[in-house]
Amino acid sequence: MPLLAVTAHGLHCAAGDFFIDPWRGVDRALITHAHADHARPGSRHYLSATPGVGVLRERLGQAASIEGIPYGERQMINGVTVSFHPAGHVLGAAQIRVEHRGEVWVAGGDYKTQPDPTCAAFEPVRCDTFVTESTFGLPVYHWPEPAEVLRELHDWWRGNHSAGRTSVVFAYSLGKAQRILAQLDAATGPIFIHDAIHKLLPAYAAEGVKFPPSEVIDPDRIRSAKDKALILAPPAAREAAWLNRIGEVSDAFASGWMAVRGSRRWQSADRGFVLSDHADWRGLNEAIRATGASRVLVTHGYTATLVRWLREQGLDAAELATNFRTETGEE
Amino acid sequence: MNRFAQLFCALDATTRTSEKIAALEAYFRATPAADAAWVLHFLLGRRGRRPVKTSQLRDWIAAETGLPGWLVEESYEAVGDLAETLTLLLEGWDSCRPAETTTGRSRREEALIYELDLRTHRIAIDESLLTSAPTICDEHGWPLHRLIESALLPLAGLPEAAQRELLLTTLRTLDRTGRFLWLKLITGAFRLGVSRTLVIRGLAAATGLPRAVLEHRVMSDWRPTAADFERLISPVEGGRDPAQPYPFLLASPIAESAEPITDLAGWQTEWKWDGIRAQLIRRAGQTVLWSRGEEVITPGYPEIAGAAEALPDGTVLDGELLAWSGEHPLPFGELQKRLGRKRVPEKVRREVPVIFMAYDLLEIDARDIRDEPLTRRRALLESLIATTGGRFRKLLQGRAPAQAERQGELFAVDGNKEFLHEGLSSEQGSPSSFPLLLSPLVPAHDMTELTAAHAESRVRGTEGLMLKRRDSVYGAGRTRGAWWKWKVAPHTIDAVLIAAQPGHGKRAGRFTDYTFALWQGNELLSCAKAYSGLRADEIEEVDRFVRRNTLDRHGPVRRVKAELVFELAFEGLQESSRHKSGLALRFPRILRWRKDKPAAEADRLETLRAMLPSR
Repeated sequence: MPLLAVTAHGLHCAAGDFFIDPWRGVDRALITHAHADHARPGSRHYLSATPGVGVLRERLGQAASIEGIPYGERQMINGVTVSFHPAGHVLGAAQIRVEHRGEVWVAGGDYKTQPDPTCAAFEPVRCDTFVTESTFGLPVYHWPEPAEVLRELHDWWRGNHSAGRTSVVFAYSLGKAQRILAQLDAATGPIFIHDAIHKLLPAYAAEGVKFPPSEVIDPDRIRSAKDKALILAPPAAREAAWLNRIGEVSDAFASGWMAVRGSRRWQSADRGFVLSDHADWRGLNEAIRATGASRVLVTHGYTATLVRWLREQGLDAAELATNFRTETGEE
Repeated sequence: MNRFAQLFCALDATTRTSEKIAALEAYFRATPAADAAWVLHFLLGRRGRRPVKTSQLRDWIAAETGLPGWLVEESYEAVGDLAETLTLLLEGWDSCRPAETTTGRSRREEALIYELDLRTHRIAIDESLLTSAPTICDEHGWPLHRLIESALLPLAGLPEAAQRELLLTTLRTLDRTGRFLWLKLITGAFRLGVSRTLVIRGLAAATGLPRAVLEHRVMSDWRPTAADFERLISPVEGGRDPAQPYPFLLASPIAESAEPITDLAGWQTEWKWDGIRAQLIRRAGQTVLWSRGEEVITPGYPEIAGAAEALPDGTVLDGELLAWSGEHPLPFGELQKRLGRKRVPEKVRREVPVIFMAYDLLEIDARDIRDEPLTRRRALLESLIATTGGRFRKLLQGRAPAQAERQGELFAVDGNKEFLHEGLSSEQGSPSSFPLLLSPLVPAHDMTELTAAHAESRVRGTEGLMLKRRDSVYGAGRTRGAWWKWKVAPHTIDAVLIAAQPGHGKRAGRFTDYTFALWQGNELLSCAKAYSGLRADEIEEVDRFVRRNTLDRHGPVRRVKAELVFELAFEGLQESSRHKSGLALRFPRILRWRKDKPAAEADRLETLRAMLPSR
């Protein structure tokens, strides 16, 4: 019997009777990270890496029973040893290591191998079986250096100011937005952020993440900033009314999907910044290799493609059908 | 190359028309003619033969990056653009190789010269390129035309190994944008989000020349050389190329009724012909037939070219090519058998006789009369066609009898008596094997008569009515208000989505190209492919459906569960070997998603057959 298997409720460990990122309410849920498709409400008890408890509580509500466990610390659940290890995806994101009778599995959750000042860096964990995501599991996905992307973003911001336009960056409200915000140079101009991003900042601050000064979106204040402002907002805010009340704008998306011109043009945004919280093709391959796993289970993304590739590389790989995000969805 | 790359980045970085025009203007102002000529050539969508097969390109890059062919294929499926896919694959490949020395651009370009010369021995490279390298590679990098002349044009004539070597060497020296553009030039699918109109506007802004003049000039036969480009943008109108057509005047659509028209007295009414728009030029003893797609199509229509010999020199006609039988046009599907041919077999000529339905006169006695009002042009056109018929018959009689007989057979067209009852039939009369016809006026004195005529359109094999303002001049392009087209409402049918494949360009990576089918017994038989008509959110929804309901894959095509029903609009039917039903809808497009309709209730093939006799 496999140590982890997919049931109607989610990824289940029968030996320890717990679930990892269940999509229905269960007794005991171990959460890799706080994104909505991994951290769903309705479970009785949640276990998360300590740095992620704050953001998880913001998502699940004050009433949820959430226990934190420091990265690397081991806990026994019904005779199964579990521990959480940095996944580098967003604040508090973890790969979950599960050990039972000498066999080690690691559920990678979502992860990236690039640097991010707002969360602990990805750590490879040795295991027999590695459960990996495959959101960007195609060799066309190759991330540029984040520092370079941030430099381009600042150039664009300054350019917009000269052209008389306010800059608007659409980025996922948990993780991506904070990652960008933490690296913005407030000397370039005032920074405004959407409430969905703003309300997560205390949880970040509590973990020691530093941000430049920013304020919540206020159309009047943005207009008086005379095109110097940069606004950070989630993609869903693209249809929001305030966007029509701040004068001329230049808009951009920050996402791994922006690596492909067609996706960028599909959004018909002025710019696309290639900045992802997932591993690119090379990152996936390096991470998988670093685990030393002889068996790899591939979930959400270009699943079939990555499985076939890994098999050709001599690994025992298979698909693991989960309910995590769709192939072309937002990060 | 750098200026070209900058232009591309500027065009790609904005969705605003004004900024695109400004970028084009800046480019054409700053760039030497030899390079600008090539960029204009590509931006206008002109292209030569593809120098290498795309399958070869894929193979080479797969070999170079060490990726299996199937993975290159899947990557292409996700990205939807071959040049971009290969560029992205090379990007990943670079990062896996030992870091290159960070030499500046000119050093890298010197390396190119070196490699072009040494590694691809078989390429006869321009010697001056080597000696003058330090001076020609300025801060703008390689002059585009030099790169094209030394590394693109020679490609086609090389053996495969040398082709591969030359291409990979060139790619190695270019940066990411440069590679993308280079591969775009090679694959020939050069669309960069700028329409031809926009390019002309940018060039007009840079040169100060009127747009119509440039439209006119770029339609001529010019090569991408400095000299020809200089000629295109020269301030004074030089000696005109006798083959040069005028820009077409395009009609604007009227949707439901002839609403913009209040007083019919000011309007000329004609049928809207369902053929190929064309311009027939008779100048300097030569005949040239231009399609609206700016192609010379004279060789495909020898009967028209023959008849045009009877036109006086210095004549330009605007009209429509139609497949014709007796007194009526044949369905467009018939005309299609004549399209794209360089030579027409006798058999095809006899089976699908073609006529030129003239509806405007742009030049007569070598005089451009486009600024004259329509009434005047029409009067001149009527008398021209009337007299030309006689001249044509005399021409025929003057030829050898056998030839004349053959010609007569060739032009076995009885004329359009019924259509010509308005005043001209007497002059034109019989024997009317003359394939230049005059588009008749539709007599309608009030809106009731006009609507009645409109209702007859389908029966007469036309697409509706044209309304042309009597006092209008012949402008260039879509000059609003001069010509209106009032098309008949399309046919509609409810069809089931049975297969999908990823789109290209903006739609890349999403399943947006659909195949639709109708029921015959318990079977669904395909009858149409359609690409557009859905909103972005609906496209996303269908995309998710396709991914979750794939039954099997054939290359990029996924057969899906028969579940979704769409209402399709179409203009007609034609026989098809491509579709299982043996029929293909003409101009199919999605009107709406029938979420209310289960697949079982979609239309049956019999309904389609009953709706339109497929000839």
